[in-house]
Amino acid sequence: MFSKLLIANRGEIAARIIRTCKRLSIQSVAVYSEADQDAPHVKEADESYLIGKPRVNESYLNIDKIIKVAKDSGAEAIHPGYGLLSENAAFAKRVEEEGLTFIGPSAEVIAKMGDKVEARNVMKQAGVPVVPGTMDAVSDVNEAREVAEDIGYPVMVKAAAGGGGIGMQAVSSSEELEKAFEGNQKRAKTFFGDGKMFIEKQILNPRHIEIQVLADLHGHALHLFERECSIQRRHQKVIEEAPSPFLSEETREKMGESALQAVRTLGYANAGTIEFLVDEDENFYFLEMNTRLQVEHPVTEEITGVDLVEQQLRIASGEALTLKQNDLVIDGHAIEVRVYAEDSNTFYPSPGQLTKLSLPNDKGVRHELAVHSTSMVSPFYDPMIAKLIVHAGTREEAIQKLTTALHQYEIEGIKSNLTMLKRIVTNEHFLQGNTTTSFIQDYYLPAITKP
Amino acid sequence: MTEIKASMAGSVWKIVAQAGEQVGTGDDIVILESMKMEIPIASEEEGTVKELKVAEGDFVNEGDVIAIIE
Repeated sequence: MFSKLLIANRGEIAARIIRTCKRLSIQSVAVYSEADQDAPHVKEADESYLIGKPRVNESYLNIDKIIKVAKDSGAEAIHPGYGLLSENAAFAKRVEEEGLTFIGPSAEVIAKMGDKVEARNVMKQAGVPVVPGTMDAVSDVNEAREVAEDIGYPVMVKAAAGGGGIGMQAVSSSEELEKAFEGNQKRAKTFFGDGKMFIEKQILNPRHIEIQVLADLHGHALHLFERECSIQRRHQKVIEEAPSPFLSEETREKMGESALQAVRTLGYANAGTIEFLVDEDENFYFLEMNTRLQVEHPVTEEITGVDLVEQQLRIASGEALTLKQNDLVIDGHAIEVRVYAEDSNTFYPSPGQLTKLSLPNDKGVRHELAVHSTSMVSPFYDPMIAKLIVHAGTREEAIQKLTTALHQYEIEGIKSNLTMLKRIVTNEHFLQGNTTTSFIQDYYLPAITKP
Repeated sequence: MTEIKASMAGSVWKIVAQAGEQVGTGDDIVILESMKMEIPIASEEEGTVKELKVAEGDFVNEGDVIAIIE
């Protein structure tokens, strides 16, 4: 195991990784920008180094600077957290070239899974179901039209390099397709420098359900069940839970087996997540693979009792997994809500000075925090300031616990989405487990516009 | 005369309409950036941009006046 780890990230996830380091007696090294001098991760690490100005290009994405801090401080490995450099193949390669260990899979696997077209091809070869559509990028709008007529409308027009909903559009006719193809290709070129496009069937009323996997360097792989992450706003998740209230035991097993097939085909080693779209008949289709820790990993930790960060560190240091698939059972139900500094109705960001942060404290309530009660929430980063996770025996009890916790949760000084979260967890469709990706449009927004 | 106000706190990423320019209802005046999100601030009426109260890079709070349309 490593004796010193650098965390190339910020916010709640940096603090979360430091916590596991402390438990395993690993020295932790934090890096921070000028905007984060007062952040929890800076104080909680054993050593902290200022690496630049607030904007991520000048600090958290500055590879040279981060490598230099790692070497100067004597860190042996770098944990990239999520976002930022976590799925940057060039960074992973550089870390290894410098003689350090990257906590994640090989640069080659990161690059493969980062290209949507290639990821799809790999999964199809592995026998994982994929959404019907083109296996390679279409050459032009004419080919796109032919493909669409072949698989039938509605179809999705997607940029290979797209993300966060950018470069992606549903169309239901050839006229719409022509417009969407050119518009999205142009946007993809502007945003990602890559205009490769592909066409696939649109899955109606889908759920977003993902499988957590762990795989080591010795060929062992296991899955830690699913997370239901369908409730999203602006293509970002808001509430996640495990297990899914929708999946049958049979589908759960099939999805887990598919995820393991993917892992084995790739020769994957690290914690990872295979995201699937699941339709109303429980057909599931590969969406993408995240080759890193996920924001919502705590719900899996709560229902399995496994510390995923610890497992990542053990795998990267060359240890074999000691967990066995048969040892893993689902213990109760866990739900995570993401607390965002934003308006509950418009979802507009609300940076500013926090004047109060009062947290509920009860058995089965877990907090992951990017702020403290007098933090300045800066406009430079993602609006997520905290996560609240509850764990209980059943879904009903977990929702009850979550509702109580949300009513005790107090944030003052800036706007937060607490109002939105309280409305969602008491919404009858949420209570029934009727959580599809259009939940916010179908059930939340109509409810708040009513007088 | 109408004051165009910021609908969220953030920094001024881009100025789209310069002082003296003719704008219509719904035309963007500036684009604000905050927490990895870009929000255009549009004119609420037809007229001329009489004055811009902000420059690119400025930080504005919600409700701050961004421009005056006449």
